[in-house]
Amino acid sequence: MLKTIAAAMTAVLLAGATANAADITGAGATFPAPIYGKWAEAYKKETGVGLNYQAIGSGGGIKQITAKTVDFGATDKPLKADQLAQLGLIQFPAVMGGVVPVVNLPGVNPGQLKLTGDLLAKIYLGEIKRWSDPAIAGLNAGVRLPNLPITVVHRSDGSGTTFVFTSYLTMKNGGWASKVGSNDAVEWPTGQGGKGNDGVSAFVRQTPGSIGYVEYAFAKQNHLTYTQMQSHDGSFVEPVAANFAAAASKADWAHTPGGSYYMLILDKPGAESWPITAATFILVYKHQDNPAKGQDVLKFFDWAFKHGDQLAEQLDYIPLPASLKASIEHKWQEVH
Amino acid sequence: MTAVPADPPATGRPSRRAVSRGSTFDPIFGFLCGAAATLLLATLTGVMISLAIGGWPAFAKFGLGFFTSTRWNPSADIAGGEFYGGAGPIVGTLITALVALVLSLPIAVGVAVFLTEFCPRTLRRPIGIAVELLAGVPSIVYGMWGLFVFAPLFSQVVETPLAYWTPPPFLGKGFADFWNNAVIGDLVPNGSGIFAASIILAIMILPFMAATLRELFLTVPPKVRESAYGVGCTPLEVVMSVTIPYVRRSAIGAVMLGLGRALGETMAVTFVIGNAHNFPKGLFSGGSTIASTIANEFAEATTPLHTSALIALGFVLFVITFAVLAIARTLLNAQRQA
Repeated sequence: MLKTIAAAMTAVLLAGATANAADITGAGATFPAPIYGKWAEAYKKETGVGLNYQAIGSGGGIKQITAKTVDFGATDKPLKADQLAQLGLIQFPAVMGGVVPVVNLPGVNPGQLKLTGDLLAKIYLGEIKRWSDPAIAGLNAGVRLPNLPITVVHRSDGSGTTFVFTSYLTMKNGGWASKVGSNDAVEWPTGQGGKGNDGVSAFVRQTPGSIGYVEYAFAKQNHLTYTQMQSHDGSFVEPVAANFAAAASKADWAHTPGGSYYMLILDKPGAESWPITAATFILVYKHQDNPAKGQDVLKFFDWAFKHGDQLAEQLDYIPLPASLKASIEHKWQEVH
Repeated sequence: MTAVPADPPATGRPSRRAVSRGSTFDPIFGFLCGAAATLLLATLTGVMISLAIGGWPAFAKFGLGFFTSTRWNPSADIAGGEFYGGAGPIVGTLITALVALVLSLPIAVGVAVFLTEFCPRTLRRPIGIAVELLAGVPSIVYGMWGLFVFAPLFSQVVETPLAYWTPPPFLGKGFADFWNNAVIGDLVPNGSGIFAASIILAIMILPFMAATLRELFLTVPPKVRESAYGVGCTPLEVVMSVTIPYVRRSAIGAVMLGLGRALGETMAVTFVIGNAHNFPKGLFSGGSTIASTIANEFAEATTPLHTSALIALGFVLFVITFAVLAIARTLLNAQRQA
């Protein structure tokens, strides 16, 4: 009996080892994990090469690629050109999405409430404390706002989503820029922290008068009450795929510092541009210890760029524009 | 009938050979056991030393401020740069563990007394199994249950009524101030906060404490208890004046072990405590514990100082837990010698 078990376990281990040898490994951001998973499934069917992606968070992705324990790292918080040079990495975007404020206001429907970046910052600073505040009411004539205290909900874990959200608040409000700043975790002036998108949405759903922020795909799939935001041009836009794409089309990817693709797609001009749009990034080494492996990674993303757009759209991500893809594929020549 | 076997049968009785082999291997056996024990001690010391080394940059940079400040700012791009003060998580850890203990101790004593004094034989096993099952539920399950089931219920049944309740005037202004500041604080009635986390913790340490206390109560010699019953004591009197005094010291030890568990509990707390880094304003405010802070931030701590501050917090938790367990052991030993 024991022998049988031992033999079976050895077989499993060996099978695992051979499978792993050919597979690509990656780790990092949780935001793109669902689409990487979908791509990997389709890619494996076509080529037999699997992808083992661990969604451990953007910071974890940077740590893992620095430690060379994975073939690629993934992060929502792009590295700057000098950091990339120092680590010998190249960076490129893989897919885009949006961050969406969500509220729990009895009697207010999804997409009904209008907010501006400055208001959002003041709410998160704790300067605006009630929903009936004239600053909010003035923007929302015709919406019945309850006189509830505002409960701010944020991410308790370090998160690329938080980085994008706080970067936007930093752009829109001087007080936020000097007191809190932008990072994947910050010193929140007020509010409660929920762990992950799940934690934030659970708190928002349970707390009348609360406001939080989550990734668009999450808000949509969970039917949360999202808000409209004021675009750079002053119009109010809804968080829908077309509006993320509109913002993305305004990003000037051809001129990023040092070809690093460092790009925050925040508050881009255009009457349809959703102001809190973001790309998620892949990190690979320029000089690969095992060049064949490096090429495997690039082949995977090459396949994803050519055949993965539809899968991305199904999951509410925004595929990269064709010109950007061409520029990235050109950049890949630096990897060897 | 006359034939006597030359050797004793191979089974049943110890043969001379077995004895001699045992004595040959005794030193080796002893050495291996000693090595196992030493390894454990070395691991413990190693963990402590590596935590101290890893946390040193944070301790060195912030000094006493690490223990007294409640500012926790991982963002480098604002004036002053990164700053880590652990007072919020440290105090949150102590408060949640203590409140959990206060909540679960009476129930644990009740369970243990019921099982030893009153329980009909048929119920003893089902209750015993229930206690063990509760102890075996993984903490992440308590966390999910806490967030999705307990928190909405707690919000509706406890927090919302509390938020609307104003202390009646005859209790005086002092009580009203205490109530509004220390108890209610900045209560958000969504079922999260220090007190909600304490209740979840209490549920988690309850089975452990109940089982330990029951074992202790069973160590009271039946003669002593029966004599008490014999002189006409009621069950209440037996428990209060015989059983509990008899096990008092070791019971404190058992309680401390429960406290040790509550101090280090991570996932369940992370889900319901509200994860605010500042000093908790009141019992119902959001807060954080050392373990929840580490669980939340370690994966994403990219700067050396942030990582170091989290390791330093881990070191503080290690020291607190170690102190609690050391006290528990001392009390338990005192009982054994008495």
